Amino acid sequence: MNKINSAEKTRIKAQKKKVGFFQNYWRNRYLVLLLLPAVVYFLIFCYGPMPGIIMAFKNYSFRLGILKSPWIGFANFKLLFSMKSFGEVFGNTLIISLYKILAGFPAPIIFALLLNEVRQERFKKTIQTISYLPHFVSWVVLGGLFMQFLSPSTGPINVVLKSLGLDPVFFLGDVNWFRSVLVSTAVWKGFGWGSIVYLASISSISPTLYEAADMDGAGRFSKMWNITLPEMIPVITIMLIFSVGGIVGDDFDQIFNLYNEAVYSVGDVLGTYIYRMGLIDMKYSLSTAVGLFRNVISFALVIFANMVAKRINEYGIW
Amino acid sequence: MASLLKRRTKGDVIFDTINGIFMILLCFSTLYPFLFLLFQSFGNSATISLLPTTFKITAYISVIKNSYVWSGFVNTIMRTVVGTVLSVIVTMCAAYALSKRTFPNRGFWTGLIVFTMFFSGGLIPSYLLMRSLGLYNSFWSMILPSLCSAYNLTIMRNFFMGIPGELEESAKIDGANDIKIMFQIIVPVSLPIIATIGLWNAVGHWNAWFDCMIYITEARKQVLQLILRRIVIEGTSQYMSFTGNLDDGTYTTEAVKAATTMVATLPILAVYPFVQKYFVKGVMIGSLKG
Repeated sequence: MNKINSAEKTRIKAQKKKVGFFQNYWRNRYLVLLLLPAVVYFLIFCYGPMPGIIMAFKNYSFRLGILKSPWIGFANFKLLFSMKSFGEVFGNTLIISLYKILAGFPAPIIFALLLNEVRQERFKKTIQTISYLPHFVSWVVLGGLFMQFLSPSTGPINVVLKSLGLDPVFFLGDVNWFRSVLVSTAVWKGFGWGSIVYLASISSISPTLYEAADMDGAGRFSKMWNITLPEMIPVITIMLIFSVGGIVGDDFDQIFNLYNEAVYSVGDVLGTYIYRMGLIDMKYSLSTAVGLFRNVISFALVIFANMVAKRINEYGIW
Repeated sequence: MASLLKRRTKGDVIFDTINGIFMILLCFSTLYPFLFLLFQSFGNSATISLLPTTFKITAYISVIKNSYVWSGFVNTIMRTVVGTVLSVIVTMCAAYALSKRTFPNRGFWTGLIVFTMFFSGGLIPSYLLMRSLGLYNSFWSMILPSLCSAYNLTIMRNFFMGIPGELEESAKIDGANDIKIMFQIIVPVSLPIIATIGLWNAVGHWNAWFDCMIYITEARKQVLQLILRRIVIEGTSQYMSFTGNLDDGTYTTEAVKAATTMVATLPILAVYPFVQKYFVKGVMIGSLKG
């Protein structure tokens, strides 16, 4: 059997090979035409900037342009690693991402579990609609919103603090509070939208499992703990692995719209650092070096995350 | 059946009550900041009350009279409509082509696109490329760089791959070409996913500001989100217009900022509940098949 099969396979292969390279494309010319705009886009706008990365190893000057600027090897990186601000920024990026995972990762899971216990369909739908809402509002709007909401003079939280006889807190300007603000506003914005994946996995759990538990007289909590949560583990694992994979990809929009010079020491991250260094201070080479540093780490982390995910339950993203 | 007939125990009642209260509190904490902003825009300040005590629309009048808000609105609508239509068409066509197993070197082309999800040239190389392409200060600098997302393309391709091949058979026998088949047979059965990708794109364009900030320096060409950022976050007075005297106490800078934010957010808040279900669909499809 096997021999015939493999013989057949080689024949098919040979047949396929008879069709020439260009002939094969000609046969599919309409499909090629459909793919063409996207390929042109990706080549120009995604691959086009990539050669510019060599700037990280050059001393870029406006007069000479990218190609003619002199090569300086790893000098930009040596300079970076000796800079105090770079260490601080890299540390901030890791710490803020880690806090966001610690607080932001369990939130949508707990929310999905509790929402699943709501019996009235209309109530459930309303909660879902409301909880997804902040996901669609930009960080520009939310930045302005939280600047007023957390204001030491007029914000409601400080109004309450003051009425209790406590000192008002300048949440967005205080190095002790800024990271907490970043984490809590990120959780506030994302917990609802993040729960969709988990709700989908809950809805695919077989009802027979619950019926069996009912026979055994299991209560609500025990069913949640012993059936729903364990059934969600594969999805939870994947999501956790990928959130660890994205640890150096900071939320530029959020931090850029909330931070100010007073909190740079705790809130400045790679994304904002790259932007200010490149487009404000015009240090193109150095900024490109930081960008490359971040891209390489994040690429390695994603590849690693995918490998782990595939090993655990044969479910990678490609 | 057993589970349906089972009566609710005392424990169930307590659990449901506490859970319900918790959910209501959660919804409240999601909505309260927006409510606070609304009250502030009507001239209420330093208050935690749930009902506005004053109701002045002076701040809104000054927003309406601000020509930057109007030009921002027009630019935002333009980029949202043009950007979304082009993105959906390009993404859909490419996704259909790559969903066909017969496509030559399919793996290579898919890999070429997927790779861009994980690696990019970075900020400065992209910025210099855009300048050398002559897109600086051009409307197209807000459309072209985000024309097609590899992630959306993958989701759409997965959806197309799930459509049974028999649907296309009869059209093929009639001698229709792939482009015709896509528009006449595939598009009608894929409307939900097209709507989802379209809405994601539209929200992305409506909320985008960074590309506009770095590529467009002429104030009249800037989008609403950027104007909003200038007014609310940077407090640039050049972009604000005040009617009457700020110092006479009729309204405050805070109220103007709040009113501008409300005006910029209202379109999303108004449309959102009606299209919400489409937003969710893509996440489901994306999560089912990676």
